[in-house]
Amino acid sequence: MSTAPRRRRPDRTGGAVTGPAEFDVAGPAAVDPPVRTADRPAPPVRAGAAERAVLRLARPYLGRLVGAGLLAAATEFAGLALMATATWLLMSAAGRPPLDRLTVAIVAVRALAISRGVLRYTERLAGHDAVLRMITDVRARVFATLAARRARAPRSGDALSRLVSDVEAVQDLLLRVLVPGAAAVLVSVVAVGGAVLISPPAAAVLAAGLLVAGLALPVLATALTRRSAAELAPLRGALAADAVDLTHGAADLAAFGATDSALDAATGRARRLARLERRLAAAGFAVDAVGTLVAGLTAGAVVLVALAADVPGVLVGVLAVGTLSAVEIALALVGAARQRTQLGAGLTRVAALLGDTTTAPTTPPADATATAPTIPPGGATAAAPSAPPAGTGRADEGGPEAIRAEAYEVRLDEVTVRYRAGAAPALDRVTLDLPPGRRVAVVGPSGAGKSTLAAVLTGAVRPEGGRATVGGRDLAAYAEDELPRVVGGLLAEAYVFHATVRENLLLGRPGAGEEELAGAAAAAGLLDWVRAQPAGWDTVVGEEGGQLSGGQRQRLALARALLAAPPVLVLDEPTEGLDPSAADAVLASALAATPAAHSVLLISHRLTGLVGLDEIVVLDAGRVVQRGRHADLVAAPGWYRDQWLLQEAAERGYLALTP
Amino acid sequence: MNRRPFDPRLLRRVPAARRDLALLALLGVIAAGLVVAQATALAALLATAFDGRLDRPALAGFAATVAARALLVWAQGTVAARVAATVKAALRSDLLAAVGRHGPGWVAGQRAGQLATLAGRGLDALDAYFTGYLPQLVLSVTVPLAVVARIGLADWSSAVIIVLTLPLIPIFGALLGWQAQAATERQWRRLSLLGGHFLDMVAGLPTLRAFGRARAQVDVVRRMADGHRAATMRTLRIAFLSALVLELVATLSVALVAVPVGIRLLGGGLALQTALLVLLLTPEAYLPLRAAGSRFHASMEGLTALNDAFAVQEGAPAPTRDGAAGARPVPDGRGEIRFEAVTVAYERTTALRDVTLTVRPGERIAVIGPSGAGKSTLLGLLLGFVTPTSGRVTVDGVDLADADLDAWRRQLAWVPQRAHLFAASLADNIRLGAPDTPDAALSAAVRDAALDEVVAGLPEGLGTVLGERGHGLSSGQRQRVALARAFLRDAPVVLLDEPTARLDSASEAVVLAATRRLVAGRTALLVAHRPALLENADRILRIEDGRVTELVPTPAGEATR
Repeated sequence: MSTAPRRRRPDRTGGAVTGPAEFDVAGPAAVDPPVRTADRPAPPVRAGAAERAVLRLARPYLGRLVGAGLLAAATEFAGLALMATATWLLMSAAGRPPLDRLTVAIVAVRALAISRGVLRYTERLAGHDAVLRMITDVRARVFATLAARRARAPRSGDALSRLVSDVEAVQDLLLRVLVPGAAAVLVSVVAVGGAVLISPPAAAVLAAGLLVAGLALPVLATALTRRSAAELAPLRGALAADAVDLTHGAADLAAFGATDSALDAATGRARRLARLERRLAAAGFAVDAVGTLVAGLTAGAVVLVALAADVPGVLVGVLAVGTLSAVEIALALVGAARQRTQLGAGLTRVAALLGDTTTAPTTPPADATATAPTIPPGGATAAAPSAPPAGTGRADEGGPEAIRAEAYEVRLDEVTVRYRAGAAPALDRVTLDLPPGRRVAVVGPSGAGKSTLAAVLTGAVRPEGGRATVGGRDLAAYAEDELPRVVGGLLAEAYVFHATVRENLLLGRPGAGEEELAGAAAAAGLLDWVRAQPAGWDTVVGEEGGQLSGGQRQRLALARALLAAPPVLVLDEPTEGLDPSAADAVLASALAATPAAHSVLLISHRLTGLVGLDEIVVLDAGRVVQRGRHADLVAAPGWYRDQWLLQEAAERGYLALTP
Repeated sequence: MNRRPFDPRLLRRVPAARRDLALLALLGVIAAGLVVAQATALAALLATAFDGRLDRPALAGFAATVAARALLVWAQGTVAARVAATVKAALRSDLLAAVGRHGPGWVAGQRAGQLATLAGRGLDALDAYFTGYLPQLVLSVTVPLAVVARIGLADWSSAVIIVLTLPLIPIFGALLGWQAQAATERQWRRLSLLGGHFLDMVAGLPTLRAFGRARAQVDVVRRMADGHRAATMRTLRIAFLSALVLELVATLSVALVAVPVGIRLLGGGLALQTALLVLLLTPEAYLPLRAAGSRFHASMEGLTALNDAFAVQEGAPAPTRDGAAGARPVPDGRGEIRFEAVTVAYERTTALRDVTLTVRPGERIAVIGPSGAGKSTLLGLLLGFVTPTSGRVTVDGVDLADADLDAWRRQLAWVPQRAHLFAASLADNIRLGAPDTPDAALSAAVRDAALDEVVAGLPEGLGTVLGERGHGLSSGQRQRVALARAFLRDAPVVLLDEPTARLDSASEAVVLAATRRLVAGRTALLVAHRPALLENADRILRIEDGRVTELVPTPAGEATR
């Protein structure tokens, strides 16, 4: 977790050469997870391009970031200067000079020692603050992009990985790669410059050592890390899927006696992963070993060369100790290189998401807060209910104009939808007229195109042919946030959020009062259950509505749709999961609760309760095969009459069983 | 919770890691020796360089210790990584095994998500602990000891100052560390919440969009992220401050040693070589302690994950079944099933109240009733997922509480409301629990479940690999997969939980026909909310408010025709 304090190379108070410093370098790829849990093939965006795309977001915080980089360089430089000055001081003292010749150096050592700690503290805070601010932007923008997408959002583990891990990759790129990397390069250059002043040949040796430590080794580490990432990713991904299957599929596994074999498979994979990690670690830590070797050997070579060049003894000592510190600092680039390689996949995914933002323009997140009817996180209590808006029409306080139901007549004219080119049409020249107040049912076998019809109305699917208008305007002309206020309701796969019942309902109409909530819940047959809960409206429903039964979940979704009460109400299988008698009652009360001026499009596989509707449209394979009122359809031979007889007989048999 | 830097439970739980941990300690001792040797060689080299001479033996010694240290770096890193890999593999399988032992009832709901995260990403946090912190912890013991001993030999007065000031580091570290520890724990919980919140929001995006709220939720996400930032910065301010204080303490301590050394050097009371040795070695005494301290904060995440993993296992009932498998009676599925005064109470509700019921072999029983009345609980009891709060369930005279559940479940075929489909091939999903099924039996089951048309439409037929949680199949198709599983099972007892719940009349007819074939000649309990399912029932039970009443069956045929 990157929010924990970064693992840093510790400050070298002195004698870096003798310190066990190498363990401070972040472990090699094989040990640090190179790719996060859900390893998906990265989209074809080049890693470099991905970094640039992500860094564009850093622009508002550029000043803070550059400041943090300079502070980091100053910190490292203070460490190097401290060791060099202290050595100079000590070796000069051995020459027994008058004390006043050492005064400046003594003050410098004290100042450097104190300032290094303070510099490091400010650098860390400044860097983290800048990056975390930027991350807030990134998270919001990633979500905004997903929200603006018409395509299905990723689900479950994948989404979690995207939104938590990948976004953290951005944080790591700045804090663990760019800031320390830039500081290391800067200090290396300064160190070589300082060495040139003392002895150019020694400076050349130092430069060679720094090139190995700061360039060759990072390149090697990158290659090794990339290789191990490629080898580890599939195993880690499979293991994550195992974990999901073993937990979420626990019941199925137990019932079919497959728990043990699934467990064996997962354990085997975990073992294979461990073997691979061990093997890769051996190669990875070899780079660190070479780093230690380079630091020591460069220092030794510098001493040799400096003595040969007749550099004064005191300065030989300064060069030797300074070299050790400088190479240690340059070795930070090895860690940065590893880190950078590991971040590639996550950054690419984030960049792909952020790239969408530019193609599909989204309102800046700040603007979207105006109407802010939101699900607060983790079941926090909702805002106090406000006074109910007057009238039956939807009085959305956030909208610029009140929405009047009369204005929204739905017309579908020869609408054709095809999901894939060449495939059979999901809707084939469907014509439908839904003036205000009209109630129409769409029935038909599964796959007939009922849900596609609903999707056309809600704007989720664009017709390939024909015209779809609401209130005389083409559906495509509606702004994305405008259409849901006109057409909406209970759509397929209605989601129940991990929040309170109240918050789930308020999604339909933010600011709805207690009475309105109760009205909608009563119409959906949910009110008794709510009243029976100790926490009432504030009962938290679980992950994916897990603590609700299927029927209650459906009622909750229906109540939400009724509360939203758009002028064109679409109800896609509103009584799914309810038993027949409850289904009939709920459907009747839901229709009764809908204001008379609102039109209703009811999608159903059950034919009971449709008697009072103005029109029933029978779809089959995307075509309208029958249409008319219930009485007409029952009288005429066809799919509707067959199904009706079958269902009626069966249900009467059922109802007759009730004591 | 009091956290020690090393959890002794680790040695008990992961015996395979013991040897490597011992090796790690040994390497730490050698490393300390090399630190001292290298500083000694360098001091000698520089002291002669002061006079413009090259001390070749010292240079050779220096190069040799550098090479040895490089080797040691490699060894220490490799061994630490080996420990990390071993421990993670062991804990992962233990964790997932604990899930298996606890049973599906325990793991349902939110816990499933948390466990899946812990077994994956959560445990990977141990890498930082083992490769970063643990070697450092060893060095923080061995290096100061070696340094003090070496300096004591060269200049005892400096050694005394070091010994007196050294304890300041752990003392200050502990004082500041407690704060950071609590803050990190809050941070971890917050991250979990954040992760869950994101997941929830993204999973519900279609619904948010349907209500035109998707954009507005962006603000909530922003607020959450901002709250996360504020909380993180609070933690970091403390964590970084502790690093600053420790650094200053170390600096002052080094100064306390260095000042008298410098004065004595000026006065000629000390050799340059000794002074250089003290200068090079003294900071080394403080460094590992501070490094271990700062790593401790970073590795707390790993320790938290470790603690969570152990907690799951400790909460798990002991795996008694393994030992006593042979001793436990196996009920015969062709025997009579009896519920004797069974009551099941959950935390919030009572699902079943005092239910007494006998199911004779071969009977097909439909269970109806309002949603949430306890129908699924009835099946859960038979599956052994739910244990009665009072009363007992017997099969063939054997109490299920004592029975060998695995053997009993082998005689059950279960079609749940929402079957979990696995990220595997369609064939493997159907062959769940029976991987060696011959292809002929598999295709028969596929045919019986009316899954063949679905299979024909898939690019690679039965070999098609499904996405996570069966992504890519519709609910009707999933239901047929579940039915195919049940067919393949060929068990004497069949439990169906609303098998046609999300199907339209046409596919319901297909699934119903399949269901009829499935229940023929078997004992069957069908939770039915659709009348069509009742036609084949011998008896009909109505559950309402946890109580079971039996309805007098009207032959369904009379009403139909």
